[in-house]
This record gives sequence, structure tokens and C-alpha cells, in this order.
Amino acid sequence: MSKHQEHLETLSEIRSLMERSSRFISLSGLSGVAAGVIALAGAIVAAIYLEVNLFEEHHYYVIRQGEKWGMDYWTFFFVDAGVVLILALAAGIYFTTKKARKSGQKIWDPTARLMLINLAIPLGAGGIFCLILIHHGWFGLVAPTTLIFYGLALLNGGKYTLNDIRFLGITEIILGLIATYYLGYGLLFWAIGFGVLHIVYGIAMYMKYDR
Amino acid sequence: MKNIITQLNKLFESRVRLGIMSLLMVNDWVEFKRMKEMLEVSDGNLASHISSLEKAGFVEVRKVFVGKKPQTSYAATKEGKKAFNDHLDALETLLKNRD
Repeated sequence: MSKHQEHLETLSEIRSLMERSSRFISLSGLSGVAAGVIALAGAIVAAIYLEVNLFEEHHYYVIRQGEKWGMDYWTFFFVDAGVVLILALAAGIYFTTKKARKSGQKIWDPTARLMLINLAIPLGAGGIFCLILIHHGWFGLVAPTTLIFYGLALLNGGKYTLNDIRFLGITEIILGLIATYYLGYGLLFWAIGFGVLHIVYGIAMYMKYDR
Repeated sequence: MKNIITQLNKLFESRVRLGIMSLLMVNDWVEFKRMKEMLEVSDGNLASHISSLEKAGFVEVRKVFVGKKPQTSYAATKEGKKAFNDHLDALETLLKNRD
């Protein structure tokens, strides 16, 4: 091997070590696609429950007072959101573990911990903020608020994983702000932000890193 | 050409030492065990390379007790970071001049 080649190899080895030791790079694009599909399904189920057209303006909190499928409005809302969250997390962990195993990386290391802590703090604040909004009866603000705080969480956690996550975060923040302006379309924007954007970014990341 | 080659730091000729410095450039404190896993080297090998970097003043050591177990972490000193950056610059210049 020539000196030249040796130096080149040294540099790329250094770059890879820096990257692997400071960022969680096993995040799989497929987990984004799966989370997006699950979120879209959740939004569609919600539209069916509320008997609304996603593309029309609505004030969701006055639409349904009675029960449907044996659940009142709030029970349905928390069950739907809970199921979406659990399934999306499970899919995310499944595909990411699979990718980590394939490339011989550890799934739980200091970078994974840093990423999760930095995600969790804005996300937790957003969750509490939404519960307070509900408490005060400002239901229409809940969907845009989840988008904005989720975007902030991704922007923050994205420092410790693939850079694409930061761009996804910025997109979610912009979408959340638009949704705050067009208040009556909360469910539609929620479906775009958590469904369509996850699928689009997931596919792009899969093409870029996983193949 | 000659003076560029002399800018390459002899201390960084070893793969393991290069690896140690790479990790410490982008992470504040790195634990011994984590370093060993990332670099895939033996305890003894890693310890001897760290101590030579420590002697040069490029690496500092911190020992804390987690329960009863001692835990050793390392960080790059200012001089260490500067020396490593100079080394990388020299490598890059060498590569550029060759083409």
C-alpha cells in the first residue's frame, strides 16, 4: 500500500470513529415509514369516529358529544393516540434494532442515551403543555402544538443522530405553525405531519443509508 | 515537502492512538470500557497507548467511584486537541500536494 493510500485510509477511519462515537447512526428509515403508516391509520380511524371529512374545516370538540363504538369522545381520543404511540415506538425499536444488528453496532450506547434524553425533554414538555390546553378547553390548539413540540424535540435530539432528523424537525415546526393559523384543519395537518412526513423522510433515509 | 512531513506527529503514527484522539475530539469524557469497544483493542494495549498520550500531556484522566467500582474516563487536553488538528492538517496537505 502506498503512503498516499495509507493517509487516505487513516483520514476516513478517523472520520468514521468520530461519527460513530458521537452520533446514533443505526436509526432505520423503515421505522419512519412504519410510524408514518401507523399514524395515518390512526388519523383515518379518528376521522371515521368523528364522521368528518379530513379536508374540510371542523371544530372537532363540538362534533361528538355521545358515544360511538362504546367509547365517549375522550376515551376514544386517548385510546387512539395511545395505540398509535405504542405501535409506532414498537416498530421504531424493531427496525432500528435490526439495522444495528446487521451492521454490528450496539443498540444501547451513550449516543442512543443522549439522543433519547434530548428528544424526551421537549417532547415531555409538549405533552404536559397539551394536557394543560385540554384542561383549559383549548382543544383546537392541541394538534398544532403536538407538531411544534415534536419538531423542537427532533431538532434537539437530531444533534445526536443522522442530520436528516433535524430537517424533519424543522419541517414539523413549520407545519405546526401553519396549522396554528388554519385552526379548523388540525386532524389533516396532524395526518400530514405524523403520517406523510414520516413516510417521505423514512423512504429518503432508507434510500440514503440502509440499502 | 520535507517540512510538511516533519509536521506529522510521531506520537500519532499508531492506529490506536489516532483512534483514541478521534474519540476524544468529539466527546467530552470517554470511559475506558467504551473506548475499548469502539477501538476493538485489548485492555493492556489500550492502557499503554493512553499512558503515552498522557505523558505527552495530550490526555487527562479522571477517576470516579460508581458504587465500589472505580471508573476511569479520559478527555483530550487543549494541547492534545491542537496537536491532533495540526497532525490532520499535515495529512491533508500531504494528500493535496501529491495530486
